[in-house]
Amino acid sequence: MRAERAEQADRALDAVFRVESAKIIAVVARIVRDVGIAEEIAQDALVAAAERWPESGVPERPGAWLMATAKHRAIDLVRRRETYARKLAEVGRELADSAAEPGVDARVLAELAEAESEPIDDDLLRLIFTACHPVLSTEARIALTLRLLCGLTTGEIARAFLASEATVAQRVVRAKRSLAAAGVGFEVPYGTERAARLASVLEVVYLVFNEGYSATAGDDWLRPGLCEDALRLARQLAALMPDEPEVHALAALLELQASRTAARTGPDGEPVLLADQNRARWDQLLIRRGFTALTRAGGLTAEPGPYALQAAIAACHARAADYAATDWSAIATLYGRLAALTPSPVVELNRAVAVSMADGPAAALALVDALAAGPELRSYHLLPSVRGDLLERLGRTAEARAEFSRAAALTRNARERDLLLRRAAPRE
Amino acid sequence: MPRYLSMVRIEESAIPEGGPSPELMQRMGALLEEITKAGAMLDTAGLTPTSDGVRVSRREGKTTVTDGPFTEAKEVIGGYALLQAKDKEEAVYWAQRFVDVHEDEMPVTLEVRQIAE
Repeated sequence: MRAERAEQADRALDAVFRVESAKIIAVVARIVRDVGIAEEIAQDALVAAAERWPESGVPERPGAWLMATAKHRAIDLVRRRETYARKLAEVGRELADSAAEPGVDARVLAELAEAESEPIDDDLLRLIFTACHPVLSTEARIALTLRLLCGLTTGEIARAFLASEATVAQRVVRAKRSLAAAGVGFEVPYGTERAARLASVLEVVYLVFNEGYSATAGDDWLRPGLCEDALRLARQLAALMPDEPEVHALAALLELQASRTAARTGPDGEPVLLADQNRARWDQLLIRRGFTALTRAGGLTAEPGPYALQAAIAACHARAADYAATDWSAIATLYGRLAALTPSPVVELNRAVAVSMADGPAAALALVDALAAGPELRSYHLLPSVRGDLLERLGRTAEARAEFSRAAALTRNARERDLLLRRAAPRE
Repeated sequence: MPRYLSMVRIEESAIPEGGPSPELMQRMGALLEEITKAGAMLDTAGLTPTSDGVRVSRREGKTTVTDGPFTEAKEVIGGYALLQAKDKEEAVYWAQRFVDVHEDEMPVTLEVRQIAE
């Protein structure tokens, strides 16, 4: 009976903490001005609950209980800091009259009152902008975001990125230290800084999604867990920043990409290319959500950004009844606009694929050959993979096979390698 | 991440004259916004009264169409929410938060069911 109640309390606590931890860390971080300390305080509140709840039962409002406990600890800490600072100042000035330093407690109390009234949304945004701060490396931003915003443990992050737990733990610790050392203010940037900082946030979400969507290394082609965490973050951002077109556009892009998940792998986990996917397995709810988000993005600006253009491309695929019915010239045009906005050889390669579908493989081969002459994509497996595809369609079979073998040697993903090796093998 | 359908079961006879109180609607709106901001809400809606509803059933080879209201039923479905949650405990946590905003004189039951995928 007692053990049962303890277990029930444990499971309930896990869920409550997972849902509430980002908010708790965010609110506490505003009080203590340090995300590392904020996370420790949130963990302390969790420990306190784990000790208390099996005895007392789960409180009526468990999330509020955790938040209140964490806030009290945060305010205690600030008060101790303030007192310490004041004592230091007193000693330094050898002031006998401690009343000469008024308002310390008043300030702490004001901070508490503010913590009650200020909306948690702003705190969550501050936490996201801080975790994705450009002073941090990409790996550090990703690890910190998954840890602080998605509530993943270092073990879970390590498994997702095929890294050791020690590496990830160290990365998180170092990231928190870098933030403190750089004196990064816990704030939502405005003005000219905002666009750059927002781009950094969106990039993190996009990278996490992509790592799950086509894992760069390992035995699994897909890591759906990462996609879902990223999608949830994108939805969260769209709800928190309703006026930012690119935020809705990123959400749209991820919804549309995620809608294909079930169709992207075959019965044995092997990748199924877009052309061969059973579109009946595309998730209509996610497609609808993607269209809605894209419309919202479009309503906010007349000049679509890079995520809006990518989402528009994904929407073209979602609209097409089958691969052949896809509006390839629209997609080629969208890739052209994307290339003008964010020039990149990968975008150019994708444009070549669309051109091959709209105008035939010969037109596209010229674009791909130009890319192959450059150094940027030398180790990118999709270049020989696309080139092989075009050569195959042009009937240049032997050259095509050589390209597929080259692509197979370049990919670090086992599932993708199998597929490419099959295409490289001679057929009867 | 699994999806869960929460079916909101209410007692139509217990709904106050003039509909739910503005306070309830305000608390519920704030909560639904919170679930959306957590990135967990996929879809949600309330249903019109069963007086607008129709039941189409088939039993022993015979199809019957019955117009609402479904007076014989104590509890009827008053709305639904489709959530994407990490696990059942998270879905249950949100369900608890949802029933908690209701007033004591308005009984409500949430049936939380995982979508088979």
